[in-house]
Amino acid sequence: MSFPWAQQYVPTSPFMRWMDEKLPLPRLIHGAVGPGFPVPRNLSYFWNFGVLAGVCLVIQILTGVILAMHFAPNAAIAFDSTEHIMRDVNWGWLLRYAHANGASAFFVVVYIHIFRGLFYGSYKAPREMIWLLGVVIYLLMMATGFMGYVLPWGQMSFWGAKVITGLFSAIPIVGTPLQQWLLGGFAPDNAALNRFFSLHFLLPFVIAGVVILHIWALHIPGSSNPTGVAVKQESDTVPFHPYYTAKDGFGLGIFLLVYCAFVFFMPNALGHPDNYIPANPLSTPAHIVPEWYYWPFYAILRAFTSDLVIPFTHIVLVPAKLLGVMAMFSAILLMFFLPWLDTSPVRSGHYRPLFKKFFFFGLIPCVLVLGYCGGAPAAEPFVMISQVAAIYYFAHFLIILPLVSSFERPDPLPFSITEAVLGHDGRARLAPMAAAATTPDAAGIAPAHPA
Amino acid sequence: MANDQGTAIPDAPAGDLPAAAPLPHDGVRRRDFIHIAAVSAAGIGGLAVVYPLISQMGASADVLAESSTEIDISAIQPGQAIKAVWRKQPVFLRNLTPQEIAKADAVDITTLRDPATLAERTTAGKKNWLITMGVCTHLGCVPLGAGAGEIKGEFGGYFCPCHGSVYDTAARIRKGPAPKNLEVPLHSFTSDTIVKIG
Repeated sequence: MSFPWAQQYVPTSPFMRWMDEKLPLPRLIHGAVGPGFPVPRNLSYFWNFGVLAGVCLVIQILTGVILAMHFAPNAAIAFDSTEHIMRDVNWGWLLRYAHANGASAFFVVVYIHIFRGLFYGSYKAPREMIWLLGVVIYLLMMATGFMGYVLPWGQMSFWGAKVITGLFSAIPIVGTPLQQWLLGGFAPDNAALNRFFSLHFLLPFVIAGVVILHIWALHIPGSSNPTGVAVKQESDTVPFHPYYTAKDGFGLGIFLLVYCAFVFFMPNALGHPDNYIPANPLSTPAHIVPEWYYWPFYAILRAFTSDLVIPFTHIVLVPAKLLGVMAMFSAILLMFFLPWLDTSPVRSGHYRPLFKKFFFFGLIPCVLVLGYCGGAPAAEPFVMISQVAAIYYFAHFLIILPLVSSFERPDPLPFSITEAVLGHDGRARLAPMAAAATTPDAAGIAPAHPA
Repeated sequence: MANDQGTAIPDAPAGDLPAAAPLPHDGVRRRDFIHIAAVSAAGIGGLAVVYPLISQMGASADVLAESSTEIDISAIQPGQAIKAVWRKQPVFLRNLTPQEIAKADAVDITTLRDPATLAERTTAGKKNWLITMGVCTHLGCVPLGAGAGEIKGEFGGYFCPCHGSVYDTAARIRKGPAPKNLEVPLHSFTSDTIVKIG
């Protein structure tokens, strides 16, 4: 959009000229996802996941609004109305399975999207705002997903609500009143179910709003790319349409195949059987776990098993419960500081030999292990493994990343995206000094060509 | 660059991407097939998605399951009527007096807006049992005349207070805006005292 060689929108018919004057929506589409949006020519399939996340949000809102037509947010009949949807409503089973598995699909897509950003340094200047808005979207998704899981009012719904709101009771002094305020009572009941339903309906539209900001912020510098080298010239880009509409369309087809495989052939694979038992405030399920997408953070929460005490005394500074809650929230809030923790001027992990090792052999296994432990029973050896992994998680972002950034010697970057793709770039012969002086590089990152 | 429909494909950066394959003799490229196949699959898939999204708003299985109801009519004396509920709508069950039957039979049906005889609207041998929906055929209000003391209208049957439709003793429309007689639901007598509606 912002590149000078972007194709200009030219309305062809009198109607389109009239429309362009009154409401230039076609012009907006042309510039946002049409031929008027030049995009780096080397985007891999990892760049499909933003569009896929958008599709997931649409699926969730569409199926969710429909489910709300049939669901009764009342503690006395919520479970029955969920079963009514499954048994009586025409295609109700499909809509509910599409919505429940749609939540998982949304998180799968978003996690790949996040790790794409983590590896390719998409959070770095000039794209910090896109990243920050993305973290906001992720937080909203976690809240929305949690409240949605409460609505069927099964055993996992009820005890999930109790445990998650119980997190707030760890806060000193105001904790218990805060939990009672959140629930509208001493335990989850009709008041909690009603407000969760209201917010679960509202938040997706808030997410949609932040998504618009996320995309707006993206269109200012344009997409990053697997080399991390900024777009310098027209030959570095192709128009979004038809090149990436086709590529995203293909990726969407693959995504829908996997999604439908779950919806139609294993719709309960990611759920818990206990949630088909009506909520019972007097009996907690033996093994209570949140949905899989919260597992890494749940593992961090449970990793804190002893109080922080003043050494050689019994004076508790911070109780274990509060430590766990603080660590869990910090693990997510940490992401807000990432653009300033990683100070390396090279964006793409491809050209960062040390960063790459820590990413693939440190961060990825660490999060997978945390995820596994979060879903496992709260017993040894999982607690100890969680503790080690949680320590690594924080160390990775707070210690390793800043240190690697200052000590690492990055590999030479290609002169341009064109050179990365074709192996040569006519203009690179002028490089590096002349090219650096004449090409717009918003980030001001000089290509690390061998001198 | 242009495809064979003549619409422009935005140019790739000059000399960087492999040029599109030249058109074969019949002017149909492999890519044309892919376009048509992809758009067709997406179209059919889209319709397949839209169908359940629309169908879900229809009556659900539990609503359809309320398809019949059985009513005990043993307590209804001649000249009395009761209101029952079938599919969440009122049904009038009326035990006609011989005078009301005679009055209904005396009408020349060719003069009626919706011609029908009382015999056609009742079960053979049970001509005194007039069973109709309590739903005015104009805009769906519940006519008066079934409950004790309610206005029966100038033809002695039912009177709809909303817009003044008047029905006779066979619940046929005689006056006012309603286009049809009160509907006779499918019903059968499972015994002398039990009628099954639906």
